[in-house]
Amino acid sequence: MSVILTAIATLGAIGAGSAGILYLVSQKFKIEEDPRIQDVLDTLPGANCGGCGFPGCAAFAATCVKAETLEGLNCPVGGQPTMDKVAFILGQTASKTAKKVAVVRCSGSCDERPRLNLYDGSSKCSIAAALYGGDTGCSFGCLGLGDCVEACTFDAIHINPATRLPEVVEDKCTACGACVKACPKDIIELRKQGPKSRRIYVSCVNKEKGGVARKACNVTCIGCGKCQQVCPFDAITIENNLAYIDDDKCRLCRKCVAVCPTHAIIELNFPPRKETPQSPKEEEATITA
Amino acid sequence: MLKSFRIGGIHPKENKLSAGRAIQPIAVPAQVIIPLSQHIGAPCQPVVKKGDKVKVGTLIGKSVGFVSSQIHSSVSGTVLKIDKALDASGYKRDAVYIKVEEDEWEETIDRSESLVSESAFTPKEILEKIAAAGIVGMGGATFPTHVKLTPPPGTKAEVLIINAVECEPYLTSDHQLMMEKSDEILVGITLVMKALNVQRAIIGIENNKKDAVALFTQKAKAYPGIAVEALKMQYPQGGEKQLIDALIRRQVPSGALPISVGAVVQNVGTIFAIYEAVQKNKPLVERVVTVTGKEVQRPCNLRARIGIPLTTLIEAAGGLPESTGKVICGGPMMGKALASVDVPVTKGTSGILIVPSPEAKRKAMNDCIRCGKCVEVCPMGLNPTLLMTLTEYGVWDKAEKNAITDCIECGSCSYTCPANRPLLDYIRLGKGKVNGIIRARKN
Repeated sequence: MSVILTAIATLGAIGAGSAGILYLVSQKFKIEEDPRIQDVLDTLPGANCGGCGFPGCAAFAATCVKAETLEGLNCPVGGQPTMDKVAFILGQTASKTAKKVAVVRCSGSCDERPRLNLYDGSSKCSIAAALYGGDTGCSFGCLGLGDCVEACTFDAIHINPATRLPEVVEDKCTACGACVKACPKDIIELRKQGPKSRRIYVSCVNKEKGGVARKACNVTCIGCGKCQQVCPFDAITIENNLAYIDDDKCRLCRKCVAVCPTHAIIELNFPPRKETPQSPKEEEATITA
Repeated sequence: MLKSFRIGGIHPKENKLSAGRAIQPIAVPAQVIIPLSQHIGAPCQPVVKKGDKVKVGTLIGKSVGFVSSQIHSSVSGTVLKIDKALDASGYKRDAVYIKVEEDEWEETIDRSESLVSESAFTPKEILEKIAAAGIVGMGGATFPTHVKLTPPPGTKAEVLIINAVECEPYLTSDHQLMMEKSDEILVGITLVMKALNVQRAIIGIENNKKDAVALFTQKAKAYPGIAVEALKMQYPQGGEKQLIDALIRRQVPSGALPISVGAVVQNVGTIFAIYEAVQKNKPLVERVVTVTGKEVQRPCNLRARIGIPLTTLIEAAGGLPESTGKVICGGPMMGKALASVDVPVTKGTSGILIVPSPEAKRKAMNDCIRCGKCVEVCPMGLNPTLLMTLTEYGVWDKAEKNAITDCIECGSCSYTCPANRPLLDYIRLGKGKVNGIIRARKN
């Protein structure tokens, strides 16, 4: 009996002693942390995607708490609602940022852009891009080997086997920018999602002269400037034979889509056009678009 | 026992099909395309415009920056345009298109075949002539030679090493050049020794070229300070750092240049070009190119002007065989597969290898079985399988710690891997990324 009592007493004494040491140590080496960091962290989605530009959600939360204003700080995954909540916790106002989404600026599918040679190397865009311009005549376009798919942690981008081009699943895309960084050809761009997900963009990055570009691909931008002329909002610039639509200025009137001779300008999620086109050429453009 | 480097190495089948074939000059076609970027470093600025008449040896591209090299016209004729053209890099870059008319050479160039062994030039003059002639490393790396021959302050060259190894399978251009132009090469070596102010030069030749070893051993007796050394057949014996280790038993530290151990390495083709530039005033407008392959009708060594399309060279060797699966610019180990044969010969084109289609296909990749063969053969003492994994997962700091930037891209790891893993593809990718990170950190 006394053995049991001795054991209990000894272990109890060791336990109490250790607890005392642990208490003292925790008091001595206590780190004061702003409790708001944890609150902010709880609000964040916890995707740890790095889309905000910081290494993980915890670092972003710490930055938000330390920052004097929330200007320029944005969680692309949570978007405006999350940032509003963060602002509420911190007693500040969140900067308004429009929700963005990744767009793939290449429409050179197998039909539009014929393959000239067979790539047999490692199935990685960055390796192929270091070797040569790609298996078509266009050295700017999508290589279709899926570095963007690999980079996406939200399963929001997939290669369509029919076209060999990546397609973005808009509902899943958080605009974290991982695919933009992964693409060696700089084809993917984060653009404003737009009202009712309506967007207009130039789906091409070919900077070659019109004739050369056109030889390689049917749906290339040839830099003809028609869209620039027709745009009432001065939203289109042409540089290096390539048109670019500024999504801050674009008011989604769709005039450029109708005049593009190569259908390189894409409109997304618009209702079908009502007005009757004037010329057969425009009609064709409208139908295909 | 023949000398060799001490770490790693492989011995692929040599397949020197074009060995012993005399160097044939190749006729100039109606048009040539001369790329303005044929070297490592900044591309040239064109100094001619549409409609200008040029002769062989006329300067058409002026070097910009220190690491850059002049480019001269290789033909006489009229400049058609300056436009983008596809070259062996796989991308379209600026090039000068020239319509060929007659074959007029600049008057300053001595076109006679006679050997000029006397030279009264000072070291500075020799370097200036090399720079003016646009000479670059002809082994394939195309690093501007005048830069390499200008040791950075605080360093001193002690020995000149002549790389006559040609360890790449199939290629024979250097071998044939050595057999035909031995005197010129030896004079070229004395010129470079003078430019560097060194008293000792060693010519390293792989022992599968016994005739060249014998010829040079005999002829070098007349030149004090020049020694000839036969080397074991082991790839990559011709790697700069490997050759230094083999010949003078010094190891170049990680991240350092050969000059840090007192060595300067020059390819034998470069030496011949230096001879022509200094003694004959001839800029680098042509080079020897091996056209070879197992199914090629007439494997041969051709003297081709810069800017001639590869198709012309392939025609001279009997045309593309029907079985062609891949055309490689360079040798099978370090060469680069071409997307089109309609690209011009450049200063770095050492050979064209035509691979029949069954051989050209890559085998299916399997999982790594941790056999360690890649580690065993890596001549730089790296761990290729680790570096590949680090690149796959983008762990750049660890890749840098594991000396990914020391990789010489010889491809021994990929060659030897029993699981057919594309080790070099990934390591090359990672090396580029890490080099970018290091550059960004410095700025």
